[in-house]
Amino acid sequence: MMLEVRNLRVSYPQRDGRVIEAVRGVSFSLGRERLGIVGESGSGKSQTGRAIMGLSAAGACIEAEALSFDGQDLLQMNEVARRRLRGSRLAMILQDPKYSLNPVARIGAQIVETLRTHRRVSTQEARQRMLASLREVGIEDAERVARLYPHEVSGGMGQRVMIAMMTICEPELLIADEPTSALDVTVQLQVLAVLDRLVRERGMGLVFVSHDLRLVASFCDRILIMYAGRVVETLDSGRLHEARHPYTRGLLDCLPRLDAPRHPLPTLQREEAWRHA
Amino acid sequence: MLEVKGLRVRFGDFTAVHALDLTVGEGQSLGLVGESGSGKSTVLRAICGLLKPAAGAVRIGGDAALPLSRRVQMVFQDPYGSLHPRQTIDRMLGEPLAIHGIGDADRRVREMLDAVALGQAFRYRYPHELSGGQRQRVAIARALMLQPQLLLLDEPTSALDASVQAEVLNLLDSLRRERGLSYLMVSHDLAVVTHLCERVMVMRQGREVETVSASQLAAAQVGQDYTRALMVAAEGFRREA
Repeated sequence: MMLEVRNLRVSYPQRDGRVIEAVRGVSFSLGRERLGIVGESGSGKSQTGRAIMGLSAAGACIEAEALSFDGQDLLQMNEVARRRLRGSRLAMILQDPKYSLNPVARIGAQIVETLRTHRRVSTQEARQRMLASLREVGIEDAERVARLYPHEVSGGMGQRVMIAMMTICEPELLIADEPTSALDVTVQLQVLAVLDRLVRERGMGLVFVSHDLRLVASFCDRILIMYAGRVVETLDSGRLHEARHPYTRGLLDCLPRLDAPRHPLPTLQREEAWRHA
Repeated sequence: MLEVKGLRVRFGDFTAVHALDLTVGEGQSLGLVGESGSGKSTVLRAICGLLKPAAGAVRIGGDAALPLSRRVQMVFQDPYGSLHPRQTIDRMLGEPLAIHGIGDADRRVREMLDAVALGQAFRYRYPHELSGGQRQRVAIARALMLQPQLLLLDEPTSALDASVQAEVLNLLDSLRRERGLSYLMVSHDLAVVTHLCERVMVMRQGREVETVSASQLAAAQVGQDYTRALMVAAEGFRREA
């Protein structure tokens, strides 16, 4: 298994002595596949992804029976080793390229920086690989785009740039946290197609974190549904309609549907028991 | 209720909306759908006077003697950004009444809190104490305080979780029926728009692509390829075999 997560807990001790438990015992393992993590705000889905990357906010307390990547224990690893892994073998794409790209550096230079941080390549070769990575995410005029600043490109283009930057070192595992939520639907599909191809051609493992159950089901092989810091249900994506947990069923049911209008829409009645399930 | 003719909005040399016509009848609702940059939000802003159109006429129904703000109000996308962080709900709902010299504020605020299903417990709270869905209820309540007959809704649920979206859509639905309101609603989500609106206008690059009824859209009876492309995209990702 490439990634092994057993009983992961992420908590934030507060100054007044209370503890906010963001993730409360999440377990899963991941091979070269696409795993979706779905949940609403506050379910702990992003915190799970960040804990794997080692990018939890300051003050986070992370515990697990196992948190290992390619057999290496991530929790025992020091910060330097962790940093060497990040961007090189583990990579992450965040929701909005407007905030995750450096606004004052040209796109080409940012991608080259990522590559040269982790790989010993000549300036010449770095540039060639940078242009190749831009072309690989479907940017035809790579030379022109490389010279632009992030504010000069659209959201969809920005997210492609982000993917190019995160995949240039050919990571084995990519964590994508709402990678298409800030994009228009048609652009969303183009970005997903790019991710799809990278996963298929490079055999990369993918953790796709999203609030959008239907989108994730159409893209991933397997889905974890999170509620209040726990996984309440794991499903093969083709079997969404067989979902058992009332939360999953409620989430599917409360979406308005073009072909079957319902007035009023069914709403989700949250039950205390789900927190413990 | 609303008649827009030849609306054109320009930002410098860029024309965001080109000669757009639309009408919304009394008690009816129209949805505006399109991608970013299609001009859909700009249309709303021009209607309620937040932007000055370069050309065209906007006629809003209701008692012409009343000021514009008592005939049309807007609900914005982001309930985190659209509420004053240092004002209580009570003050935010009472302010429009004070500005327009409408009396009986106490009763009106109380009734409005019940109407949006928040209840009196929220009256003296601040926005940061509320969830996203509760905040959006406050934004809707504030828009309704002056009893306008036309509401402009700019992506009112796209910042909310799916389960909360359903609650807010249900609220908008029932308010419309009870009060005979007209909505002009902007969204990028076809299913959300057709849930509230009988007719949907698809926009692209500041122009109307086509206007179809919700039932035509549901049956995929659309005339333009662009509309069809939007419908396909809304179904999610298709893997290559």
